[in-house]
Amino acid sequence: MSQDSIHGHPEVVTTHEVHHDEHHGHHKETFITKYVFSQDHKMIAKQFLITGMVWAVLGGLMSVLFRLQLGYPNETFPWLEDILGRWAKGGRISVENYYSLVTMHGTVLVFFVLTGGLSGTFANFLIPLQIGARDMASPFLNMLSYWFFFGGSIVILASFFVQTGPFSGGWTFYPPLSALGDASPGSKIGADLWIIGMALFVVSSLLGGLNYISTILNMRTKGMSMSRVPLTVWALLFTAVLGVLSFPVLLSGLILLLFDRHAGTSFYLSDIFIAGKALPNEGGSAILFQHLFWFLGHPEVYIIILPAMGLVSEIMAVNCRKPIFGYMAMVGSMFAIAILAFLVWAHHMFVTGLNPFLGSVFVLLTLLIAVPSAIKVFNWLTTMWRGNIRFTPAMMFAVGFVSLFISGGLTGIFLGNSTLDIQLHDTYFVIAHFHIVMGVSAFFGMFAGVYHWFPKMYGRYMNNTLAYIHFWVTLVGAYLIFWPMHYEGLAAMPRRYMDYSAWSSFNQFEGLNQFISTVAIIVFAVQLLFLFNFFYSIFKGRRVTSQNPYGATTLEWTTPIRPGHGNWPGEIPEVHRWAYDYGKDDRSFIPQTEPIGAHESKH
Amino acid sequence: MAQVVPANQKWWAGGRSPFNVEYGKLMMWYFLMSDAFTFGAFLISYGTIRFSSNSWPDPNFVFRSFPGIGEMNIPLAFVSLMTFILIMSSVTMVLAVAAGHSKDRKGVIKWMLWTIVGGIAFLGCQAWEWTHLYHQGAWWGSNPFPNIDGTPSTTNFTNFFFTITGFHGFHVFSGVVINIIMLIMTMRGVFDRRGHYLMIEKAGLYWHFVDLVWVFVFTCFYLL
Repeated sequence: MSQDSIHGHPEVVTTHEVHHDEHHGHHKETFITKYVFSQDHKMIAKQFLITGMVWAVLGGLMSVLFRLQLGYPNETFPWLEDILGRWAKGGRISVENYYSLVTMHGTVLVFFVLTGGLSGTFANFLIPLQIGARDMASPFLNMLSYWFFFGGSIVILASFFVQTGPFSGGWTFYPPLSALGDASPGSKIGADLWIIGMALFVVSSLLGGLNYISTILNMRTKGMSMSRVPLTVWALLFTAVLGVLSFPVLLSGLILLLFDRHAGTSFYLSDIFIAGKALPNEGGSAILFQHLFWFLGHPEVYIIILPAMGLVSEIMAVNCRKPIFGYMAMVGSMFAIAILAFLVWAHHMFVTGLNPFLGSVFVLLTLLIAVPSAIKVFNWLTTMWRGNIRFTPAMMFAVGFVSLFISGGLTGIFLGNSTLDIQLHDTYFVIAHFHIVMGVSAFFGMFAGVYHWFPKMYGRYMNNTLAYIHFWVTLVGAYLIFWPMHYEGLAAMPRRYMDYSAWSSFNQFEGLNQFISTVAIIVFAVQLLFLFNFFYSIFKGRRVTSQNPYGATTLEWTTPIRPGHGNWPGEIPEVHRWAYDYGKDDRSFIPQTEPIGAHESKH
Repeated sequence: MAQVVPANQKWWAGGRSPFNVEYGKLMMWYFLMSDAFTFGAFLISYGTIRFSSNSWPDPNFVFRSFPGIGEMNIPLAFVSLMTFILIMSSVTMVLAVAAGHSKDRKGVIKWMLWTIVGGIAFLGCQAWEWTHLYHQGAWWGSNPFPNIDGTPSTTNFTNFFFTITGFHGFHVFSGVVINIIMLIMTMRGVFDRRGHYLMIEKAGLYWHFVDLVWVFVFTCFYLL
């Protein structure tokens, strides 16, 4: 196999020549080049996935610890002191530790699991395989993308081991808590490590995103027009564009913050008293940081949910044995979501003193997102309608995703109204909303993806029984955890408090909080079952024996069962049709590689 | 790198780049979009803070010095020279890219050299200006210049000035480093062996972008 055929594209003569220089010693694979500094997109995908899993366990464990506090505020757990030392003196989590745990739970899960772990994994794994490319446009930058992600992870992890602890002012990193070292213990070195870790993460996301975009646009195989690519690829394209355009704004905001922390500037600071002492800072605006943060922060939730939507669309079509309903409507609504993502950020700031007229504009734009979201939901429902559904674990999670997306999306309409938001802001209603709509549902998309493509990743199947247990406990558990929080929120129970027992309005929820905490612990335990299933199946799972076990149309199932670097041993297949020819002309499926027959009906 | 293509070519049908460019140039364009958002965020932050302030120092007063001629009052003369140098370096970059198109190695070397000289000259000017302001007592967190209406100013004028021109200067510095690498690669005949000077084009895109950003930074800090 020559280098030329590895990277295809004889038309763009320059492509492979540039590649020559980046591929010295490519074919002598050692352990280091194959598993550590790998430039194979499939291996990089697995690296992202497993790093994301480690983070998911740590982030989930943090939530278990603070749920223990919330559910059992009057109990002591001596074993907590054994593992956390002075952070849990006498078996009760300290105030600083509680806020650190909440902050890092958010940071870790939003960025390192649901962004890095989700789109990092599936963009890397699926883009080249589904568009018919040997690898990413630049395998080297792709490798760097993972290692910047890893570096950022290490820096964030390191902040847990410094004397003053990790940052504790919330994952949104608002100043002045994040700008003034004297504001809290977590605002000292922990905040600096957070900034450095996130800066590395932004670099990783930029390198990855540039690669995903140029791979999708430039390296599609012959016949694979943009209207023939699977919806996963469209979703990952929009995700990458959102990331490339929104993360730099966060980076700018963090650079200004770094100067506020260490160079005596006042970008975000004005008229501040700390412990009775007036600070000299004047003329800055804390609200400015919120604008910069949410200009990333809102697209970020679509960076999280779009890949899940793409995975679910693909899995639904395969398992319903029907074409996806409304392919172009799906693409169009994702495009609309990607545009609107940049125009709604101030709905996170309705209660900051934002001009009510400006607020009403953001209400309108926010509620507009309901339109493309509803189009997508109805398209999934109509895809399932009268389908010949195979309820594989992946399909179960895909259906679970739709259920959660509807439940969480409806409460989004409540919160998008600035007047209702005055009541609901900073209550448990918000927690319930975003955990269901972007937390759990994105996880469901990710689980669906892992179960569905595991055979392609490792050449073996995961265990279905464990998978069904995992599905049902997680789905029921997620609703049991977050459904009651809506009631707590409507009763105005505020977020961010570690102990409600002093308020008679809120201590009526003591039993409910205990219940939520108990379910959270059970759900966390079931995720360990998933991890066991995953790692056990890598080595001992049932072997895949056929090239295309699901009867799917897309290109990844035309590769060998365990594809090597370069994906196809011979020529890259040519594509003749879209990705959704299921149940057509009395055939279960027609692969994309099959030419259109003489008497074939139109779809 | 443009190539001869047949008419009615199906650009988006797969099997080729829809823009007829190799991936590196596509990535550079998207990177520049991303970087435009970085600078956009800085400049909008600057605008927000300045807009919410009652008054602001007068650039004609702050930037009135020129090296070597004492305390003569010539507003904006020095920054005009800096801007002229940077724009000239963009012109030489265009000439380097053009020389690359005709595979003229000597031409590329000559014009890349001038571009690097221009970049270093700009950075030198910026270093002088920063030092001069520093000796006047301006730095991050300290601003000796009063507002134009005579009221005492906040430090945000200098805070934004040093942060944003510094970030831009860092970009120019990276550009100079990239250009030096390109020059060395040209001199060692790497691009002749490849048969094309695409890397010079990509470095050129970055360089022009950095110049374009300066136009905005210049406008925001020196003219408005």
